[in-house]
Amino acid sequence: MSRAGVRREAPAIWRLLPAGSYAGRSSALLLRSATASKRAWLAFASGFFEPVFYLVAMGQGLGSLVGALPGPDGTPISYAAFIAPGLLAASAMNGAVFDSTFNVFFKLRYVRLYDAMLATPLGPVDVALGEIGWALVRGGLYALGFLAVMAGFGLLTSPWALLALPAALIVACAFAAVGMAATSYMRSWQDFDLVTLVILPMFLFSTTFYPLSVYPRWLQIVVEVLPLYHAVELMRGLTTGVVGPGLLGHLAYFLVMGAVGVVLAARRLDALLLR
Amino acid sequence: MSTLAPPGYGRGIALVVEHFWTWYRRNWRASVVSSVLQPLLFLLAFGVGFGSLVDARAAGAVGGVSYLVWLAPALLAVSAVQSAAFESTYPVLSGFKWQRIYLAMTAGPISPGQVALGHLGWVAVKLAGTGAVFTVVVALLGGAGGPGIVVALLVAVLTGSAVAALITAFAATVQTDGGAFNAIFRFVIIPMTLFSGTFFPVDRLPGWVQPLAWVSPLWHGTELARAAAVGGTTTTVAVVGHLAYLLVLLVVGTVLAMRLFTRRLAR
Repeated sequence: MSRAGVRREAPAIWRLLPAGSYAGRSSALLLRSATASKRAWLAFASGFFEPVFYLVAMGQGLGSLVGALPGPDGTPISYAAFIAPGLLAASAMNGAVFDSTFNVFFKLRYVRLYDAMLATPLGPVDVALGEIGWALVRGGLYALGFLAVMAGFGLLTSPWALLALPAALIVACAFAAVGMAATSYMRSWQDFDLVTLVILPMFLFSTTFYPLSVYPRWLQIVVEVLPLYHAVELMRGLTTGVVGPGLLGHLAYFLVMGAVGVVLAARRLDALLLR
Repeated sequence: MSTLAPPGYGRGIALVVEHFWTWYRRNWRASVVSSVLQPLLFLLAFGVGFGSLVDARAAGAVGGVSYLVWLAPALLAVSAVQSAAFESTYPVLSGFKWQRIYLAMTAGPISPGQVALGHLGWVAVKLAGTGAVFTVVVALLGGAGGPGIVVALLVAVLTGSAVAALITAFAATVQTDGGAFNAIFRFVIIPMTLFSGTFFPVDRLPGWVQPLAWVSPLWHGTELARAAAVGGTTTTVAVVGHLAYLLVLLVVGTVLAMRLFTRRLAR
């Protein structure tokens, strides 16, 4: 077997994982996903439009009801400028979670794609990294498109906004990793209601559409624990140029979340696929 | 040996509805999240959360009632339309292609037209049931302005049925997979939800978007539901116009669905 040889080439960190699970070939899975999405380009491209529709409708319509809202440093910003970073963060989350749950579950249980892949020189970690990587490519393109739309509407008021793209990728990465880990525990399509049950309240309540101050204090604390809240704060700080050390705290949240997700997902896939 | 007489036309439709009910009775839990919890979360986030901002900053912008009361009938219509759209896409394709239940039904004395009517009848029953649950929750949260919310529920069921008929007809023409459905959700249902006056009055949008609302069945449904629940200054002509538009869509969609079901199943 060439497994031992492969393991020697791999970086030390992979020795934390069970033997033979990483062959350094996750790019093969990326290529496969890119090829597959050529046929479903409409579904691929349509993911970009959803946050744009929300921005146009809500920014204009809801904005006309409430006017300006306090930005990250307390100075009032237009309602469109308030929700745009929230929508950017939410679309990074939605895209990553959708890709890493529904799509992965379908490939794992129905198409048996990964079983086929493991018959080739790919390990479960290659599979996990490849899937997460593809989710990132996709999410990155959406985020770039949305940032361009924001720029077109004049909602990017600071050069710090350039960092919103890598920030969106880190957020998407963390959500994809955790989503992938969650998917490995799913038994049937019915369990996906639980995904909706986690994602939808986060989308609605994590200061995406209105500031934290409307909640009573105990609810504020609940919201502050949720990952999307940190993503929204991160994006809002960057796009409005209110940048301070606090943003590093939000960033750290996602680094930890991503690391936990990757390790958990890899271990679970190992157990599921190499049984 | 006795033979069963073939069912009459209405009984045949009822049998199709009963099929869906039998399945639903065992599996209803799976749809609680999408049909009741989802609109409830929107009601909490916008009606209560966002509403506290609106009520504090723009009192009167939504016709002199609290934002929650103003939003509730529209959310009834939106959730009926969304649920109707879902029930008319994948389940229909599955009936033709994956589970082939429609083929099994038409192998007996039930005609394809009856299957189409039965499917639409079931969607209407389901919309009425989940809508009633949602209405009770709305009332408990203080979002019901008065007994008119019951009329709003009926309007929501009508709107949802009209959308269901049109999408069912479309779904009967889909051969390959769900790609077309994704496009419907992304480019029809979501924009319809956002631009039909659900969360804010349509006149707050730029002028060129407003004609889009006039063709949207949801806008007509929302206007009617809101007029019933909140009152306001709606004229009789407007009410008749909204109702007529929805009924025409319902009839056109139903006739189309029956024809397309017949074309696909009579082969």
